[in-house]
Amino acid sequence: MILRKAAASVAMATMLFFFVAPLAYAERLVTSLSTHRVLISSNFTGTSLVLFASIEDSDAAKDKSKRYDVAITVRGPATTFVTRKKERILGFWVNYESRRYPDTPSYLAVLTNRPPAEFGPLELQTKYKLGLAFAALSPSLIQDKEFSEALLRVKKTEGLYYEETNAVTFLTPTLFRATLPIPGTAPTGPYEIDVQVFSNGVLAAQQSTAIEVVKTGFEAFVAQSARDTRLDYGLGVAFLAFVVGTVAGLVFRRA
Amino acid sequence: MSIYLPIAELPVNILLIFGLGIAVGFISGMFGVGGGFLMTPMLILVGIPPSVAVASVPSHMAASSLTGAISYWRKRLVDSGLGLVLLSGGLLGTAAGVWVFSLLRRAGQLDLIINLSYILLLSIIGTLMIVESVRALWRSLQGQQPVLRRPGTHSWFHGLPLKFRFRQSRIYVSAIPVTAIGFGVGFLGALMGIGGGFLLIPALIYLMRVPTAVSVGTSLFLTLFTMLAATVLHAVENRSVDVVLAFTLMIGGVIGAQSGARAGQAVRAEQLRFLLGILVFAVAARVGLGLLTKPIELFSVISTEAGG
Repeated sequence: MILRKAAASVAMATMLFFFVAPLAYAERLVTSLSTHRVLISSNFTGTSLVLFASIEDSDAAKDKSKRYDVAITVRGPATTFVTRKKERILGFWVNYESRRYPDTPSYLAVLTNRPPAEFGPLELQTKYKLGLAFAALSPSLIQDKEFSEALLRVKKTEGLYYEETNAVTFLTPTLFRATLPIPGTAPTGPYEIDVQVFSNGVLAAQQSTAIEVVKTGFEAFVAQSARDTRLDYGLGVAFLAFVVGTVAGLVFRRA
Repeated sequence: MSIYLPIAELPVNILLIFGLGIAVGFISGMFGVGGGFLMTPMLILVGIPPSVAVASVPSHMAASSLTGAISYWRKRLVDSGLGLVLLSGGLLGTAAGVWVFSLLRRAGQLDLIINLSYILLLSIIGTLMIVESVRALWRSLQGQQPVLRRPGTHSWFHGLPLKFRFRQSRIYVSAIPVTAIGFGVGFLGALMGIGGGFLLIPALIYLMRVPTAVSVGTSLFLTLFTMLAATVLHAVENRSVDVVLAFTLMIGGVIGAQSGARAGQAVRAEQLRFLLGILVFAVAARVGLGLLTKPIELFSVISTEAGG
């Protein structure tokens, strides 16, 4: 009886080992980012961050055929986008149909070492939100292709959505580097950075980190005044206009 | 050379913005119009968010119209009495316009209504001004006296009570139609997001028989006050006034407005009306073409949550 119990628990443990172990990642990921705060001052025109990451506990040294795939997804603060389509009505091109995209990243960059479609089956992309479309939108919203593709296209043109499929460089089989662009038009706020490592179509390791894009100095002061002391700020700008107009009137009289 | 705009949250080429300020300021000083109907679309074209452009342009218009008004004031071409009566109607009209604006926005298709009324109004005013000024120019070419001011012809509104004598304008008229004009200009201005100078000037010239130069000077005077009010209102309501953008535009604007005011006073009244007519008509044509031609990108994306 005791023996059977012991056998059962050994069996249970064995089963647990085989079923649970594949869920825990075989590898560990250690990442390092050049900075966690992007400071915006008056000469800010965009910047870039460098991310280094090392895949630890890897058997890549023994298994020469092992190859890793990396997806780095940078998401800016969430917002709600409305995409409108113009139609010709009575000869005029006017906004007609529209779609709402709630809880969508205001900034999005997806950097990979090769196209995410080559990582593995399509389910892998939907499950781990790989690529611009899956990273930005829920699958149900993507299905409305005309509008969802337009959203991605317009945002890409504005430089706020960015996808590069050869932006992750492997320095050694287990050490890689990527440059994350933060454009001048990047919205301020917290950004999430997800680093996912796959091998043979299976998630091998992942690591999340965050950065913050903040205004500093004069820019922070102006933004805060405009938000917190609206009336004073408005009167201040109006007064400034009055002074500039008057001074110009006096200066040009002498000229 | 670029500078980061703290409210618009993007870097812009400061020389480009400065140049825009000068160019629009020149037109503003020359014709006595605020220039918002030119500046706002151009800023949006440069990539400034529409809410920031609409809210920041009024302070530029206030500065340019003030320096223009000072120039006209010295030459006694500002009728402050007429301006104040117009202003009383204008402020009421602005409030009514802002209210209707939000009603229409909730009903949807605000853009279409604004654009269509824009085209209709501007093309009518532009055509009328061009036709009238060409006739006047033709008459003066033939050596005849301009007959714009016909002392004998009285419109129905000359019979209304509350009559005032507006000295600089050389008119003796009831305050009721003047307030009504102010109201109409304020209403349409708020509805269409423009200062309304190019509506006011033709109304003063053709309806009230105010001399062209005094119409321009008085319009500048009125624009100053409505735009100062608009700046404060936008700062309180929308929080989207960008002081860096506004200041850059202002500096360019006052420089342009000074030369514009001189240019405006140097040309003859009929020529000035003809040029303003062309300008108004061109804006109408531009908006019309935008609606009639197929856009390259059929889709547009807006973010409904302002800020980060």
